[in-house]
Amino acid sequence: MAALYESYTLCGLVPAQNSADSGIQGIELDGDEDRVIVTDCARSVTVYKVSDQKPLGSWAVKQGQRVSCPAVYNTQTNEYVVVTDEKIIRVWKDEEVSLDKAFKATVSAEIYRVHSAPEQELVVLFQRGAVRLLDSLLTAPQQPIEEVLSQEEVIRWSTVVRAEQRLILLFSTEQKGEHFLYVQRFSPNTLSKHRLETEPGVSAPLSCTATFRDGNIHLLYLLRSGGVYESILAARPAVSAPAEEIQALPRSLLLQLPAGDGELSCASLLPLDQAHMAVVGVPHPSAGTGKDFLCLWNTHFQTLQAARELPGRIYGQMWCYSSKLFVCHGKTLSVIPFECQKSSLATAMGKLKQTNTNESKGPALVPSWNDLLHGSTTQTHTQGKSRSLSTRRTKTSSKTQPCPTVEQLAEDIKVSAVQEVERKVQEFLSGAEQEALHLSAGRLACELVARCQAEPGFYPHAALLQLVETHYLCHSVCPDLLMLALEKSDFRLCQFCLQLFPDIPEAVTCACLKTILSVPDTELERMDLEADSLLFMKALTQSPDSDRDQQNGFCPPPADEESCDVPSETAALGPKPPRDPLALDMSCPVGLHKGALLNEILQTAYSDNLLLPHLKDLSVSHVILLLQYLRFLYLKYSQDAHAQIRTLRMPAINQILDWVCLLLDAHFTVLVLTPEAKSLLSGLHKFVRSQVKLYSELGKIEGSLEALKQSKQSQEMGQYSIEVLELF
Amino acid sequence: MQAFKTALIRSVMGELKVHRVRFFDYMPSAVRALAFEPQRERIAVARADGSVEIFNVADNFFQEKVIPGRETRASEALAWVGERLFSAGLNGEIVEYDVDNHKVKYTLDAYGGPIWTIASNKQGTHLAVGCEDGTVKLFEVCEGKIQFEKNLAKQKGRIISLSWHPSGSRIAAGMMDMIRVFDTETGQSVHRMLVERGIGTAKSKECVVWSVVYLTDGTIVSGDSSGKVKIWDDHTGTLIKSHQVTKWDVLTLSASQDETSVVAGTSEGTVIQFQFLSMVLGQEERGWVRTRTFKNHTHDVRSVLEINTAIVSGGMDTQIVMRPLLDKIEVKTTATAFRKIQFPHRNLVSCAKKTGLLLFQYPTHLELWRLGESDGTGMPGSSLPIKRKPEKLLHLKTKGEEHICCSAVSPCGEWIAYSTVASLRLYRLHCDNNNVSITKVSKLPKILSSANQICFSSDSSRLFVASTCSTVHVAALSQTECKFVTTLKSKSGSGQAIHLLAASEDGKWLASANSAHEVHVYNLKKMKVHCTVPVYSSGVSAMAIHPTTNNLFMVHADQQLFEYSIEQKQYTDWSRLVQRNGLHHVWLERDTPVTNVTFSRKNPAHIVLHDMYMFCIIDQTLPLPDNKSQFYNQLTLRSLPEKERKSQSHAFKVCKTYKELLFAGLMEDQSLVVVERPLLDITAQLPPPVRQKKFAT
Repeated sequence: MAALYESYTLCGLVPAQNSADSGIQGIELDGDEDRVIVTDCARSVTVYKVSDQKPLGSWAVKQGQRVSCPAVYNTQTNEYVVVTDEKIIRVWKDEEVSLDKAFKATVSAEIYRVHSAPEQELVVLFQRGAVRLLDSLLTAPQQPIEEVLSQEEVIRWSTVVRAEQRLILLFSTEQKGEHFLYVQRFSPNTLSKHRLETEPGVSAPLSCTATFRDGNIHLLYLLRSGGVYESILAARPAVSAPAEEIQALPRSLLLQLPAGDGELSCASLLPLDQAHMAVVGVPHPSAGTGKDFLCLWNTHFQTLQAARELPGRIYGQMWCYSSKLFVCHGKTLSVIPFECQKSSLATAMGKLKQTNTNESKGPALVPSWNDLLHGSTTQTHTQGKSRSLSTRRTKTSSKTQPCPTVEQLAEDIKVSAVQEVERKVQEFLSGAEQEALHLSAGRLACELVARCQAEPGFYPHAALLQLVETHYLCHSVCPDLLMLALEKSDFRLCQFCLQLFPDIPEAVTCACLKTILSVPDTELERMDLEADSLLFMKALTQSPDSDRDQQNGFCPPPADEESCDVPSETAALGPKPPRDPLALDMSCPVGLHKGALLNEILQTAYSDNLLLPHLKDLSVSHVILLLQYLRFLYLKYSQDAHAQIRTLRMPAINQILDWVCLLLDAHFTVLVLTPEAKSLLSGLHKFVRSQVKLYSELGKIEGSLEALKQSKQSQEMGQYSIEVLELF
Repeated sequence: MQAFKTALIRSVMGELKVHRVRFFDYMPSAVRALAFEPQRERIAVARADGSVEIFNVADNFFQEKVIPGRETRASEALAWVGERLFSAGLNGEIVEYDVDNHKVKYTLDAYGGPIWTIASNKQGTHLAVGCEDGTVKLFEVCEGKIQFEKNLAKQKGRIISLSWHPSGSRIAAGMMDMIRVFDTETGQSVHRMLVERGIGTAKSKECVVWSVVYLTDGTIVSGDSSGKVKIWDDHTGTLIKSHQVTKWDVLTLSASQDETSVVAGTSEGTVIQFQFLSMVLGQEERGWVRTRTFKNHTHDVRSVLEINTAIVSGGMDTQIVMRPLLDKIEVKTTATAFRKIQFPHRNLVSCAKKTGLLLFQYPTHLELWRLGESDGTGMPGSSLPIKRKPEKLLHLKTKGEEHICCSAVSPCGEWIAYSTVASLRLYRLHCDNNNVSITKVSKLPKILSSANQICFSSDSSRLFVASTCSTVHVAALSQTECKFVTTLKSKSGSGQAIHLLAASEDGKWLASANSAHEVHVYNLKKMKVHCTVPVYSSGVSAMAIHPTTNNLFMVHADQQLFEYSIEQKQYTDWSRLVQRNGLHHVWLERDTPVTNVTFSRKNPAHIVLHDMYMFCIIDQTLPLPDNKSQFYNQLTLRSLPEKERKSQSHAFKVCKTYKELLFAGLMEDQSLVVVERPLLDITAQLPPPVRQKKFAT
């Protein structure tokens, strides 16, 4: 997040009438952080104390002379340097009163600009493209200056970048509508030339900036169309010999700013940090076509972070020193302090409350992505935040000192034996910080699954189980895990995955279902499944009258035509009285373990339309078996058997009925034609019909109960009543 | 045995059979006019039925007097001249009231057609009335009468509103589409200020200047039917400022005593305050600024008053609202609290305790009802099955135009008496099973011509009639006739009318209370004054004599309770204890007065009182609540086990189950009768309010 603070005026401007010039040539940083040197277009150089908004000193050249480039401060010698009338270099100290008495040196060619960088020598760029260090130039002012640029080439922009204790000077030129970028490196002095790609027929970029970051120079330039392009140059000179052909600089569109109507005319951009950028002179995306806005953009998320409308004309001039933007607009030079805080996805999505700097800072609740992904390479802007991050980092590292890092573990997984891997994973899981596990658990699972797929003999069951049990895994993090478990017939892992993964695709659900149905019960019996699910199945399959007596006063209603007797195809197996409604066919068609696994399937999330086509893949025998099981559950549920079972998870009656419907939908024609299914379907039908009848009767009761309730309320408002009142 | 035991416990704890009656269709009449008399802090209220009520602002807004109305007399405006009260109405008559005796003193035809307004000057020398024929008539206020003095220059169009300049030299008159200022010396019109009509469809309608107020500095404030409050300057006759306050009419205006504030009442039911404030802080220049808006009415505000610390308003929705101005109140007390007066502060129900009859007093008729019966018992909180429904036995219309001012049914239920200002009538009721017949007692003694209050003795052998000048006539009743016995007269010679009478059960004592707060006790055996209860600063709102101890129990408008032993001529110990301890603040903060006191025959220590929102049984044997204890403790006690109840309970057993009570009293059979009149039912009978645009309608 970035924010603009209250602005204040540093000084007034005296722009020429109807001129596009602000009257200021440039602003450079003085030795002190709070002081800037403002050079105006005509004759004077003024040093301001920014926080006090007042000038500390001012120097002017004589009438007739002209300051031709912004004055700079040499931090090594504590001197000011300015060029007057293109050829005269003047150097003076703070205490000197008059520029006329200052040291001057006349050079033999016109100077374009003098550049300074903190703790570095000053660099002089001549109009014809030659570059000298100021010291060496002043030792022999009249030394000959070579012409680097061709006749019609003119410099449009220049800057100096400090890259790892070395200076790099960049300047762009224009020649017959083509734009070039020169990169001058020092010691050894090399000059490379690149062609800047611009849209055909478009003049020079409106604004260029260059910053050094991560060993590269990032060149940002803003075109009239509103596009912000980034080109990356290696800070070190390319090893290969410079090719004869001038290479076009590769570029990428970083951000497309709204250009309003037509093109931008006076605009300027400045990168504030890795992710933030200030732009002046472009329209606000939601405030019409007025171009007098200062906007802070986040280039990572392409979001506008802050904006301010600036009164008066925008000259497209902006500088940034020590977290303050200096913007010329109208008749003032405004100073606008800003703040860019580290952006995380959480803050961008609004999930993390943005902590203000003046609030007391607790440790951040959400880990920064940068921090997690890139380790400690990035720095945070606000002091408090960086402190909190660093403390956590140190804490993490101190805690995980004995256990391996994710990388190490991932490497180990690739080579170690199963037991070794399981031990290390357990160690890691017990030692790792919860937040870090979010990312590392998925990574480890993926590594493990990859190894398993590569090596058929390798299967760390315990490690996978532990990873799943962290609750940090989901199907999309490690898509192959569930299928692997099925392949290896690891039904315990399978069960956990079905329970804990919220995002299993319907195809995978169906594949699981198919596998579970096809595995013989005897094989499943040996599996060690979750106790709770087995308990549920056990309780469900126990016949109700075996372990408890019938409730007092209960007498079974006489069986009649509509009673829901379910003639079973397995009737021959048991000598059950055929028409006793209590003795419904309550034998479970599947084993306990299979039932428990099927229950997990029933409880997974799915959407009908996606599940239906996959359900069609089931074979008829599987369908009948599942239907039988579902009917068994349904009958049990309608007897309220499940209400007495104390388990954490069990399929709801709605889920059961939904699955019955889905199965019937998917296989209706097949089932109709299958003779084995006939009795099953007709039994189900009868039962459902009796239930429908029961519920319709209940509906009637509801109506009359409602009426009773209403009549009780409305009895109140009579004209007369005799009541009994008790006073205490 | 078990059942007997529970029944016994219940009766000890106080289980009551309650007749909850809602068939008294009491309908208050709309408020037409209000007038404030600043010296004695009285407010007179004129209602649409012609009755005039006088409230004592200083005494908790107690309704001290009610002057009954008359069929054809509806006062449009009221004016105080000192302590004299005048009204005028569309029947063209000016009325002066005999405030002491609650009746009209005389009427005088102004001969100007219907009178819209009446206003007195500050000096109290003249009355001005505005007539339909366009004249402003000046009357001189003389001793005991008023005398026509002159007409001011006759105008075309009716005079709707009038206001005297405080100096008495000028008078502003609101008319149709204009305001005129008259010089009272010459009678000529000085200024004619045109009031613009409303916009839109209202353009074709005349703009009625409903109200004007003339201030000392020459400012005239007007409220008109286009919904504007306008400020005029009488030197130049020009409009200074106009405030559009409503889409409907501004019906009434009132200025505060110090003339720094003006309140306006509108058809929307709002009251809007304007204050004379400096426009810029610290500068002298001041102007009229709209400051506050109050919405306490659902219908037209027909009249508004700004009295010292409050705004009093009344209108079509029949209630009188006193809204305190918090910026003028230094100490917040119950006397300065927000108040709504919805029910009269007197009893319109009398009951024949022995036979279960209720007599309801309407302005022009009486209704006699017999309560229903039920057998069986039920759990507390339940309704009992009704064996016999309540029955309306009698609907007795008055003769003549005068409205009933008081009525009574004898305890045995055999006699009914009522009185208007003009006549007193006595009826004998014959009830045999289903046949009800009445016979009028024809030859009443001449002296019983009218009454302010009527009361029967407990054995129904005597009739007590409170008449003018605090006299009580005693008449003996026999099977066929009514014989005058004597007239009781107090020694104090106060001219104030008696508004409460209470006879003792043994027939020995009679107590009377009048508007001067005097309570006299007469010995009926000796037919002379027995004693006078020390005068208390607040009016008596209800009183009764205890059937066994003969203590006079009085409740005052400020909620104080006194028990006075008639035999010992002093306050009882309990009464002294109450005064010493002080009453609970919750009791004192109630804003409606107690209007009835009855006693329990079975438990002599129980006294039943009620106001509009609750009834209360005071058990004199229980300790008084101290200010820290919970006053409404019935719910708490209900939740406690029986043994702990005794330690927690206090003397005031308040029941708020029944609300909007017009009457609550114990019958002979220990059942309680409560007569409720839900305000919702009253509101339902009001005409629809002005239509207001609500969102999305």
